Amino acid sequence: MGGRRLSLDWIGAVPFLVYVAIFLFLPTAIIAVGAFFGENGPTLENFTNLSRPYIVTSIVNSVVLSAVTAVAGAVLGALLTYAIATGNPRGTFRRVVSSACGVLAQFGGVTLAFAFIATIGPAGFVYVWLAQHNLDIYSGTTWLYELPGLELVYLYFQIPLMVLIFLPAVDGIRPQWREATESLGGNTWHYWRHIAGPLLAPAFLGSTLLLFANSLSAYATAAALINQGGIILPLQISNAITSEVGLHEPGFAKAQAVVLIVIVAIVTVAYALLQRRTARWLQ
Amino acid sequence: MSAENVAPQRQSHRQTEVGSLRMNWHRIHRLGLVVGIITLLASACGGTTSETNWGTATSAAGNGGMDALVAAAKKEGKLNIIAVPRDWANYGAIIDGFTAKYGIAITSDNPTGSSQDEVNAVQQLGKSSRAPDVLDVGMSVALANVNLFTPYQVATWNDILAAQKESTGLWFQDYGGYMSIGYDSAKVPAVTSVADLLGSGFKGKVALNGDPTKANAALNGVMMASLANGGTVDDIGKGVDFFHQLKLKGNFVPVQATTATVKNGTTPVVFDWDYLSAGHGTDVPTWKVFVPSNAILLDFYAQAISKNAPHPAAARLWEEYLYSDEGQNLWLKGLARPVRMAAMQASGKLDAAAAAKLPQANGTPIRLSPEQATAAKTYLAAHWAAAIS
Repeated sequence: MGGRRLSLDWIGAVPFLVYVAIFLFLPTAIIAVGAFFGENGPTLENFTNLSRPYIVTSIVNSVVLSAVTAVAGAVLGALLTYAIATGNPRGTFRRVVSSACGVLAQFGGVTLAFAFIATIGPAGFVYVWLAQHNLDIYSGTTWLYELPGLELVYLYFQIPLMVLIFLPAVDGIRPQWREATESLGGNTWHYWRHIAGPLLAPAFLGSTLLLFANSLSAYATAAALINQGGIILPLQISNAITSEVGLHEPGFAKAQAVVLIVIVAIVTVAYALLQRRTARWLQ
Repeated sequence: MSAENVAPQRQSHRQTEVGSLRMNWHRIHRLGLVVGIITLLASACGGTTSETNWGTATSAAGNGGMDALVAAAKKEGKLNIIAVPRDWANYGAIIDGFTAKYGIAITSDNPTGSSQDEVNAVQQLGKSSRAPDVLDVGMSVALANVNLFTPYQVATWNDILAAQKESTGLWFQDYGGYMSIGYDSAKVPAVTSVADLLGSGFKGKVALNGDPTKANAALNGVMMASLANGGTVDDIGKGVDFFHQLKLKGNFVPVQATTATVKNGTTPVVFDWDYLSAGHGTDVPTWKVFVPSNAILLDFYAQAISKNAPHPAAARLWEEYLYSDEGQNLWLKGLARPVRMAAMQASGKLDAAAAAKLPQANGTPIRLSPEQATAAKTYLAAHWAAAIS
């Protein structure tokens, strides 16, 4: 009686907070601090080295790759989501597509890269069959091993991921709203322009940003598909950490990681702002 | 030592628990404690006798000979190796041979890692029981990290040329080979010179074993292309230009060449060490290995024992096994050229049948000096990405 008791509600969150501290904040701090150290103590050299032409190219490639696969993945994924949401909610189509998406969104790395190499690679059976029928998809360059190839392969997991995260928003749209629009004399254009569009736009943009971050941080798929030249930043980081020919620059690798963190931070802040808007719109 | 002795006690402690359900927790707990203390005391007593500290032993001969080393290694019972693929220079057979001979289980970590990965593991895992005991690294990594190694001289130390070892035994070269072009003769025309690869028959077919800014084998591949195109060991630029030409012609494949990509035909032409390349013959019978006589590039890897090796005696026994006639001949069967090859040829211990299968090369082998390797990597860091993208 009398004295105020301290609320113990936060105890339930302790495991999560500890987990996040050890596996997110600690590594981030190690990277952020380590980026300012070279072989001979504190230095800013790691950051000035970011202006090396091949690093600049990799940063641009990473951002382009992430932007293209995020936008394309979001648009194609949204169309698929709409097809699922407007169909029978207990139908086979919905169940098959949504469980397939759950699996394919996690399909990546060496297995995914090799799946593409073995099918449409220059020795892949699909390519060989096409070439025999006078359809040489690599008549110009072997684009599978360049940025466009990486974009194609990334879409393989980006589209299903979009379906997974966008479906709940589309499910939230009620058929009654459309009926209400029509009973008030609106047409399809009015419905999309004034009702469904504004409602779904924040969720759509938020999902797009998530796809962006997802592809920015992907490493293993690219490493297995394009082993040469460090085409994207995660591959350059790997080179700087594991080079056995003496180009081992751990501090520089950390500075590159800081660049990724900054890009992801910008994206995450934008995502959070959009999330707030979505919540307001759906109220 | 003590930690390892306690582990089995815990095991039996759990069995007691299962066996007698009526035994209460306190008793179990106390029993475990008592057993643990006894174990600690026992190992402490063991330490006071004149037992060798294998962690600092620099040879077997000075510490009771091979028998003492074998006994100590068997007592440790385990060995951690790292970045050693089973299909690399016959390491699979060597690992199995060692375990069969001494009954010591080998944990092979990160088999496809690089030399730098090995060093990173030594630094990051410190003195933990998972840390690597022994390393097999490229020379540039060996020279840059001698402070992580502890000196040891194997029984056959004198067979290793002075230029191929650090005088105290911090590192000592183990096996080497020639840079080569391996190709599937069923898929591409016969290769008789490096320049052949620019031909139309090689579209989308030529690969390296790794990125040359990262992997030693790939760096030497580019250097070989340079030597064959009028470059010198001081100038890798001609090699970079050559790969740029390959790229422009659409002949270059930027995929990491592995057993899988060779088998499925994605990389039917690979720049790689001859002993690694020759191994593809088991999967692809039409695989051929070509060493250009105008660019014979020789390189050796080196062994080193980690100064923090969790199994110091097993680590030293592993080195003794690798440098025994048996170990050296096993490398030779993997088509690698073991460091004691000349000495064993003289003593008649060399496996002549295996030696006859080595890819032939006519000419004088060239080796990069550390300075030349440094110049090459600096040039590659600045120019490689642009040349092949």
